[in-house]
Amino acid sequence: MAQRVLMKGNEAIAEAAIRAGCRHYFGYPITPQTEIAAYMAKKMPKIGGVFLQAESEIASINMVYGAAATGCRVMTSSSSPGISLKTEGLSYIAGSDIPAFVVNVQRGGPGLGGIQPSQSDYFQATKGGGHGDYRMIVLAPASVQEMASLTIKGFNLADKYLMTAMILADGTIGQMMEPISFEDAEIEHYEKPWALTGTEGKRPHNVVNSLYLQPDKLEIKNFERYERYKIVEENEPMWEEYMMEDAEYCVVAFGIASRVAKNAVVAARAEGIKVGLIRPITLWPFPTKALRKAADQVKSFISVELNMGQMIEDIRLATECRKPVTLCNRAGGMIPSPDQVLQSIRDAAKGE
Amino acid sequence: MEHKRVTLFAGHYGSGKTNIAVNYALKLAGEGKDVVIADLDIVNPYFRTKDSAAVLEAAGVKLISPQFANTNVDLPALPAEAYRLVQDKSIYGIMDIGGDDRGAYALGRYVPALKEENNYRMVFVANAYRPLTRTPEEAMEVMREIEEACGLKFTDIINNSNLAAETEPETVLSTLEYMQTLSNLSGLPVFATAAETVVAEKLKDTLPNVLPLQLQEKYFDLPSQKPGNRPLWG
Repeated sequence: MAQRVLMKGNEAIAEAAIRAGCRHYFGYPITPQTEIAAYMAKKMPKIGGVFLQAESEIASINMVYGAAATGCRVMTSSSSPGISLKTEGLSYIAGSDIPAFVVNVQRGGPGLGGIQPSQSDYFQATKGGGHGDYRMIVLAPASVQEMASLTIKGFNLADKYLMTAMILADGTIGQMMEPISFEDAEIEHYEKPWALTGTEGKRPHNVVNSLYLQPDKLEIKNFERYERYKIVEENEPMWEEYMMEDAEYCVVAFGIASRVAKNAVVAARAEGIKVGLIRPITLWPFPTKALRKAADQVKSFISVELNMGQMIEDIRLATECRKPVTLCNRAGGMIPSPDQVLQSIRDAAKGE
Repeated sequence: MEHKRVTLFAGHYGSGKTNIAVNYALKLAGEGKDVVIADLDIVNPYFRTKDSAAVLEAAGVKLISPQFANTNVDLPALPAEAYRLVQDKSIYGIMDIGGDDRGAYALGRYVPALKEENNYRMVFVANAYRPLTRTPEEAMEVMREIEEACGLKFTDIINNSNLAAETEPETVLSTLEYMQTLSNLSGLPVFATAAETVVAEKLKDTLPNVLPLQLQEKYFDLPSQKPGNRPLWG
């Protein structure tokens, strides 16, 4: 039988995580990401892994913290309100410099909000969310295939840089189905001399901790960590450019918004408007160089987002406000139509 | 294809139950029957029967769906009106059941009436390309879990093997052996093969009882996912 399978985005994450060597899943159900937990519950017992439904989101992220400290590949997943609960643990994991993998299948907010798709946790994911100076690698898939490939990439990056890698998806990509394959999965292996694996009396014991009694030591840790983040910012930005060669206007959109925007770009090209699209695949590190280069070429940018305008701030920072940036958005679980994006492109072309 | 008074579609989540239920309802309506379709899915938050409300209405099919379908109310509540499907014997009823055993629990309350009337077809929707039903044995496991949850036995299998926009006739034909094995294991006939209209047209000379599926266009379909080759949603 063919190598292709038909998967939901959420299932693709779960299967990819297993293929990436994750054998420990700790979670708590929440719509619209519950298929990840359901898939893990079905599969993990068959492959000698652990699926554990914790008593809360807070418990589950601390289980991730504990399991990650032993050096094994471990994950949790949730949706927006659940991620808010996990942010304390995310800060502790960052402060302990250990790798973890977290999925946020976003829904409308703030508060309990709704269960329909959203991108309104962009700030939370890219600017920290929890307390203290820290970053997470934030990956934004725009297809079911990318849900799988970026999950494997996320586990690799987390191990490589001793950070949390987060998949920032949305309800639609979590729920939609597309044919995918896993043939290209490349699992990287990293030595983990820091892991708590038992000394057997043969080596000094390791400590995984985010508490430092001396402020000068804590400062050094922070500076060291940001040196590592600088390498990530230099080496790891990922983005896609679509019809940018001769573009005079640039749509910037990630995830589900980029799919709608691509249709609008095609429609606008049919009307003779030279427009292209930059799709950030990593939201942190943000593809600053790509945006800065585009700022030399295009007359203006249009940020298409499922929120009140969050990524638009990073576009302005990346381009140092050299060109105008307008916002085309819906919020609260609603999605812009291709026509709405097309109208925004027309307005930009008219200089409005 | 002989129609029973009530046809139920159940199966693994994402196997295509909703699309098949909607298209089967349209087919019956096209044959001049008085059709009512009920969305009994208490599991799935997105991509529901209600998405096809306009198409169903245009064809004269009455749609009964939970009050909160496609809203932010994540509440497994069923409409009282759904009882009409088992009580009103003048209509043809179609039931779209939620995925897996969790979705099938909701069917339980209608089962005594269905059994008493004994004029139903309980169809297992199978897609050999879904990751948790890649083998007939895994599909059997899902089948048994659903039967246990709702208290009703399947009577038929429908082959809905597809890879969404990538589906070719060969995609379907290469699953015939799988379906035969599933049929042998369960003792149930494969009563039809479902495929998107363009693919169905190419299959109808090779296979008996091909059910063509008109699929809803999605706002997030990419430019490459052309009409007539639409993704098939759960």
